[in-house]
Amino acid sequence: MTQINRIAGGQIDRKSALKFTFDGKSYTGHDGDTLASALLANGVRLMGRSFKYHRPRGPLTAGSEEPNALVELRTGARQEPNTRATTAELFDGLTARSQNRIGSLKFDLMAINDRFSNFLTAGFYYKTFMWPAAFWEKIYEPIIRNAAGLGSLSKQDDPDIYDKGFLHCDLLVIGSGPSGLMAALTAGRAGSDVIIADEDFLLGGRLNSETHSVNDQSGADWVAATVAELASLPNVRIMPRTTILGAFDHGIFGALERTADHVAVPAAGKPRQVLWRIYTKHSILAAGATERPIAFDNNDRPGIMMASALRTYANRFGVTADRRVAVFTNNDDGHRTAADLHAKGVKIAAVVDVRPDAPRSLDYEVIQGEVINTKGRIGLTFADVRLADGSTRTLECGAMGVSGGWNPNVHLTSHHRGRPDWRDDIAAFVPAAELPQGMVVAGAAMGDFSTAGALRSGAQAAKSALGIKGRLPKMPQAEDAPVALKPFWYVDGTTRGWLDQQNDVTVKDVKLSHQEGFRSVEHLKRYTTLGMATDQGKTSNMGGLAIMAELTGKTIPETGTTIFRPPYTPVAMGALAGRSVGMEFHPTRLTPSHRFAEERGAVFVETGNWMRAQWFPIEGETHWRESVDREVIATRNSVGVCDVTTLGKVDVQGPDAAAFLNKVYCNGFAKLAVGKVRYGVMLREDGIAMDDGTAARLAEDHFVVTTTTANALPVYRHMEFVHQCLFPDMDVQMISTTEAWAQYAVAGPNSRKLLEKIVDQDISNDAFPFMACANITVCGGLRARLFRISFSGELAYEIAVPSQYGDAMIRKIMEAGAEFDVTPYGTEALGVMRIEKGHAVANELNGTTTAQNLGMGRMVSKKKDSIGSTLSERVGLNGTDDLRLVGIKPVNPADPAPAGGHLMNATGPVDATHDQGYVTSSAYSPSLGHQVALGFVKSGNNRYGEKMRLVSPLTNVEVDVEIVSAHFIDPEGERLRA
Amino acid sequence: MIIDHPLLGPRDAAEFTYLGDASLIDRPDWQSDTAAQDFYEYGYLRDNPAGWHQELWFHEGGDRSWLVVTRNTLTHEIKSVELARDVARQRGRSK
Repeated sequence: MTQINRIAGGQIDRKSALKFTFDGKSYTGHDGDTLASALLANGVRLMGRSFKYHRPRGPLTAGSEEPNALVELRTGARQEPNTRATTAELFDGLTARSQNRIGSLKFDLMAINDRFSNFLTAGFYYKTFMWPAAFWEKIYEPIIRNAAGLGSLSKQDDPDIYDKGFLHCDLLVIGSGPSGLMAALTAGRAGSDVIIADEDFLLGGRLNSETHSVNDQSGADWVAATVAELASLPNVRIMPRTTILGAFDHGIFGALERTADHVAVPAAGKPRQVLWRIYTKHSILAAGATERPIAFDNNDRPGIMMASALRTYANRFGVTADRRVAVFTNNDDGHRTAADLHAKGVKIAAVVDVRPDAPRSLDYEVIQGEVINTKGRIGLTFADVRLADGSTRTLECGAMGVSGGWNPNVHLTSHHRGRPDWRDDIAAFVPAAELPQGMVVAGAAMGDFSTAGALRSGAQAAKSALGIKGRLPKMPQAEDAPVALKPFWYVDGTTRGWLDQQNDVTVKDVKLSHQEGFRSVEHLKRYTTLGMATDQGKTSNMGGLAIMAELTGKTIPETGTTIFRPPYTPVAMGALAGRSVGMEFHPTRLTPSHRFAEERGAVFVETGNWMRAQWFPIEGETHWRESVDREVIATRNSVGVCDVTTLGKVDVQGPDAAAFLNKVYCNGFAKLAVGKVRYGVMLREDGIAMDDGTAARLAEDHFVVTTTTANALPVYRHMEFVHQCLFPDMDVQMISTTEAWAQYAVAGPNSRKLLEKIVDQDISNDAFPFMACANITVCGGLRARLFRISFSGELAYEIAVPSQYGDAMIRKIMEAGAEFDVTPYGTEALGVMRIEKGHAVANELNGTTTAQNLGMGRMVSKKKDSIGSTLSERVGLNGTDDLRLVGIKPVNPADPAPAGGHLMNATGPVDATHDQGYVTSSAYSPSLGHQVALGFVKSGNNRYGEKMRLVSPLTNVEVDVEIVSAHFIDPEGERLRA
Repeated sequence: MIIDHPLLGPRDAAEFTYLGDASLIDRPDWQSDTAAQDFYEYGYLRDNPAGWHQELWFHEGGDRSWLVVTRNTLTHEIKSVELARDVARQRGRSK
């Protein structure tokens, strides 16, 4: 018979039959099961191997605090490691595998580690792998890396969609147990916008796991009725399968909704998970509490779990971990497990209670004593009990419920560094008064452990958070038992009693940490790794803290607490990335002539977010250099056209526009005539060059400023800073118009002849000389702007039209230029020509260079104040041997001159102290037939003609070069003015 | 974080870019005898308070206002949000 441990009751659909596999073996479960409950129903207690010692492990809990039952789900690209079997919803066809084993789960070869446990105690890495030092990289690290980690990744692209979303509400209720439901109901009935979220797929919290009634209904029925009422309220949003991950500033919460983790494959086009950002005015933390274990030797065998987890499996899932169950407890709660299981026909071996005044039962034996050890290689078989009189007894049992009391789930209250307060009566930490903005805590999370207390405090919390007036309605009747508990953390004499089962930290490790002086909680944690696994020590931190308190002779609150950080439970990277993956990582910006470039077969390059044509290969060209060389030659010999739309454009208008530009540019603009363009350099306030470009004066009070593509945004931000923060009364306004205009450089000796066929105005050299600009019309009336500026060094223009005409304009230029064999060129040819001409770009304006370094020191006006003008005069930036921009050419024309190489004197050592400068840009010049390069050399302006060595020791380059003027082509600028 | 923009109301901090200490508003007089020292201090010396801090934020994803935000660096509590140009005028930066 299958499902040998399935018992009566539970909120599962017994008519359903979900087939699934675990480690290749087939099983059947029901709708409403988790993977853990279905495996337990099938008699499978062993679900994994522990991290360090490879001990056999089964589930400790029935929830998200689970340290042990971590499995790999699904196969292929959807394979997902380290998933908690205790929260994974069962679906038909689910494939699961155990992790962290070599060989089978039952005979893991790495279990040898358990035999060497004396060597693998706290701090063993620090002690063992110290010497010999040479062993670290080659031997120790690869072994450690291979042994570390649990699951494995598919190493394939995730085929699923992950979305992000934003929600707003008056009240976020975190948790849907009795306090959360009552809070949501109270707020919902009062008309507030409410979101209630629970990590579970079934709302109700522990009401589903207990046999308590509410009024005359079962807990589960009351939950169903309450959820139905909430669902009927239009102002309430119910979010099951949604974990509130973190409490962030100003009432913002992060939440992960697992919209399709419970099906094999998400519906077409639907996300698998959604990462929500929830903006709240108020929040109620009703996250419940987590039961904590007691440490005793070999307390980690499969079958030993939290007493509350056994109740959950029995009452909610109709499952018992075994037919013979023992209980070990220090409080009344453990007895509930025995009573509930007994009522369902499970044999209770005994209830072992450490208290002399433990409640008695007519149905099963209650023993005053302690569990001191257990047996069973891959699952619990026997438990040894030490009685109050010192004698021992052995109990036969296949499962054991352990209860050491409950810890309120304070996690989210400490996300803003709030430290909880200790309460002696429940021997646990509860949230202190200092809470994240707008938060109220209710129910078990506040230490109100009874059902009646939770209902009451949930309603109260909603009332006080939202300021609801009037008396609360009568609360439903429910169990109101007080907490009866004797603090008890570990059994005397325990050594290999597990505290943190996920990181394999034992009582002995905590004692060793104390002995070696790591006594503060923060040291304890880092030395032993207690609480540092993916469960953040939800079930283990308190035990470690209590033992350290005892060893140091302090109280637990004196010893301290560790605080929790987001996320509450682990989040997949895919969910954090959302849709920002692959080409969607950032927006892709296309220029208006993108389609034209595509039609021409352009090879594109990403520059910032833009896609720019790099070169336009034509038939027969097999190497990019062939295309680039052709484009350069064609432009220099006749005419070429290049899309320069991506350059930043800032429209500056107002009576003080010129005075404003005088502030942001180091050189003067006040006297620039209308209809003229001037090159300008912007400095940072510290005197370093920030950006360069041109400003065209279209009217007395109207300039168009251009920036480099990459700096379009930072320069605009800087200009607004200078205006708003430094010169607020300047009468000037500016706006970025980068996307408003499509702009094309038309360059080469035939560029005027070409444009004359398009432009409506006279653009002869007299009417429109070098550095002229104007608002013009083209093609018989379309408004446009024309600038006679040149980046290539040729007779050249830049023509701008409103973006929507960009595609038409480039096609018009191609048509008009056909008789001159007009050639479209890309960013590579653009780069070659600007290096040939000695124009600086970001390679030269690299965040370390001044105007003086760039050979433009005299541009910095001393007659006016501009950003950076004062600090650019600092002694340190004005040395006589400062770096200067120079041209560099190889002595042997066949040699390379690679960028990144450093320049050394012709003779002498090659080392950092003899460094003379470096190469910033380099290209093959088809015009000159050899490599040309730009770079910075000490006192470079006085060293033209000097022979130096260009070295790149990393790439084994050493080339003899000559320092020359940066202007390789047309140094007098005759072509520009032609 | 949420920044309560004086013109637009509460906005998510993700819409803004951060610059730094609002003392950047207090740019020295370039013609002062101590201009070199003043600009050095302006450019390089900042307080790094654990507590209340006035700082500049730019509403780049919004209306392009520069704001002076008074924020507690320990708690992220925001006490006031002002237009930087108003602060600049209060600090005597009118022409």
